Amino acid sequence: MQKLLEQLEEFFDSSNITSSYGELTLIVASEDIIGTCLKLRDKLEFDTLMDLCGVDYLTYGQSEWVGDASNSGYSRGRSAQGGEDRHQQRFAVVYHLLSVSKNYRIRVKAFVDEAEPIIKSVTDIWASADWYEREAFDLMGILFENHTDLRRILTDYGFVGHPLRKDFPMIGEVEMRYDEELGRVVYEKVSIEPNISVPKVIRK
Amino acid sequence: MAEIRNYTLNFGPQHPAAHGVLRLILEIDGEVIERADPHIGLLHRGTEKLVESKPYNQSIGYMDRLDYVSMMCNEHAYVMAIETMLELEVPERAQYIRVMFDEITRILNHLMWLGTHALDVGAMSIFLYAFREREKLIDCYEAVSGSRMHATYYRPGGVYRDLPDKMPKYLKTDTRTDKEIEKMNENRQGSLLDFIDDFVKEFPRHIKQYDDLLTENRIWKQRLVNIGIVSVKRAKQLGFTGPMLRGSGVAWDLRKNQPYAVYDKLEFDIPIGATGDSYDRYLVRMEELRQSNKIIGQCVTWLKANPGSVMSDDKKVAPPKRADMKDDMESLIHHFKLFTEGYSLPEGEVYRAVEHPKGEFGIYLISDGANKPYRVKIRAPGFAHLASMNEMTKGHMLSDVVTIIGTQDIVFGEIDR
Repeated sequence: MQKLLEQLEEFFDSSNITSSYGELTLIVASEDIIGTCLKLRDKLEFDTLMDLCGVDYLTYGQSEWVGDASNSGYSRGRSAQGGEDRHQQRFAVVYHLLSVSKNYRIRVKAFVDEAEPIIKSVTDIWASADWYEREAFDLMGILFENHTDLRRILTDYGFVGHPLRKDFPMIGEVEMRYDEELGRVVYEKVSIEPNISVPKVIRK
Repeated sequence: MAEIRNYTLNFGPQHPAAHGVLRLILEIDGEVIERADPHIGLLHRGTEKLVESKPYNQSIGYMDRLDYVSMMCNEHAYVMAIETMLELEVPERAQYIRVMFDEITRILNHLMWLGTHALDVGAMSIFLYAFREREKLIDCYEAVSGSRMHATYYRPGGVYRDLPDKMPKYLKTDTRTDKEIEKMNENRQGSLLDFIDDFVKEFPRHIKQYDDLLTENRIWKQRLVNIGIVSVKRAKQLGFTGPMLRGSGVAWDLRKNQPYAVYDKLEFDIPIGATGDSYDRYLVRMEELRQSNKIIGQCVTWLKANPGSVMSDDKKVAPPKRADMKDDMESLIHHFKLFTEGYSLPEGEVYRAVEHPKGEFGIYLISDGANKPYRVKIRAPGFAHLASMNEMTKGHMLSDVVTIIGTQDIVFGEIDR
């Protein structure tokens, strides 16, 4: 890992490289993603994109268990309170790269803004990014510029919303049933109550 | 002359050769595939979202339900990610048990793959033989965890409990004579380890049977050789891992290259293919069966000689013993805290991957210091493999699509999550 770190520092500002649990993370500006990825692939032999995902930092560091405890026992549906987010931008796109030939791994992280969650697609650099980017778009609502086929992938045809966003409720927005009279399935507003069985507690 | 146009064919989602709920939109010219567009997500259960709402331990069960034919390997990646962040020491015996069950799982997975792949391609009987051996291994799952498939056996810090001293036996039934039952129970007289030991000794003979049925079989070769060739360069580009990458000739295996648990103490080889076609991947997986068997044998020997604890003694993570709770206030408190609130992970992020039977199965875990994960991303090997469907099937015949689905070893639990 030390060797990789030295090589990385040749190409990137060392203040953007962090190391934890034996893993290196490189934080880049979202505009620089293509240049960074090309360097990583061509100069440092990261030949495989293992994983690509979106992260939503909306409720990062917020606990569900501060202030007054609800008295309705386990059926309480508490909303998150307190805490402040130290992340400047709401979304991050995280790339996990692997170099099969050199046996290195690196994580590349690029933050994107909530108002304009757009980042350039890396499909031309690694072909496997295709479906991963579709997934990040589907579940997180991050747009990938120059992706040729940015359709939803995991959710239903005609789904509305991005379910892995933190403001998307766990119970969903709609439910589906078969309507005898209409002779087809219909979507209705969800009828179940939100429920947190174990509240989130942050302990330092 | 009539104009010949491309034809669009809907394959699945209820087609038996689609291995679950794959819907393929195939654009075909005659019988030649022009374009394949897999529609996935029919088994999407929102695992990543659900995991965010539960304390860490309660999500182990979800991991079983990802790739539901290699349950314990999924758990392994998840508990490893948690252990890394907690900097938790796992007892060596637990590590050996994990490795043993990882390899049992690999055999389970490969037998399932072998049976269904051959069934799709037209060889019926192999399926029954593969499931005969699978049954014994599933019994091992049941003996340690009480569940035949979704074990929830691995825990952060070790495994739920030690291996049982007795292997459960078949009971008398009206449909079988006492003599038959006695014969069925012959290898179940000792402990679970004795039973597995017996399996390890018997299994090479069974692999030989599969080998005899398929490897030199003319029809099998006609259906597999030169189908779905992937070059090394493309395999890396497409994010292939596991037997899919090794079939193309890259000796890449996390158990060797980035060893976890106790794989560095065990002896085994990594088989690789030469041409990268479906037949090579078949040969690679067959050899993996033999290697896994070898690893299990080594684990059994070690486990028999080294009794000991199978759970970390960190009181904040490992539940206290029942007996201690009766007269020890502290144990009672630990128990209460652990089962109501769970434990908190320090703030940070980690990616941990295991060599899953299908490839690299990784868990990317982000914690904000709470008792629940902030974000969990599951890196499923099948997702990247299925994404290459279009490229792999292009120019092949319609019937080869079935071979390619088979060779990719698709399971929808992990792809759709």
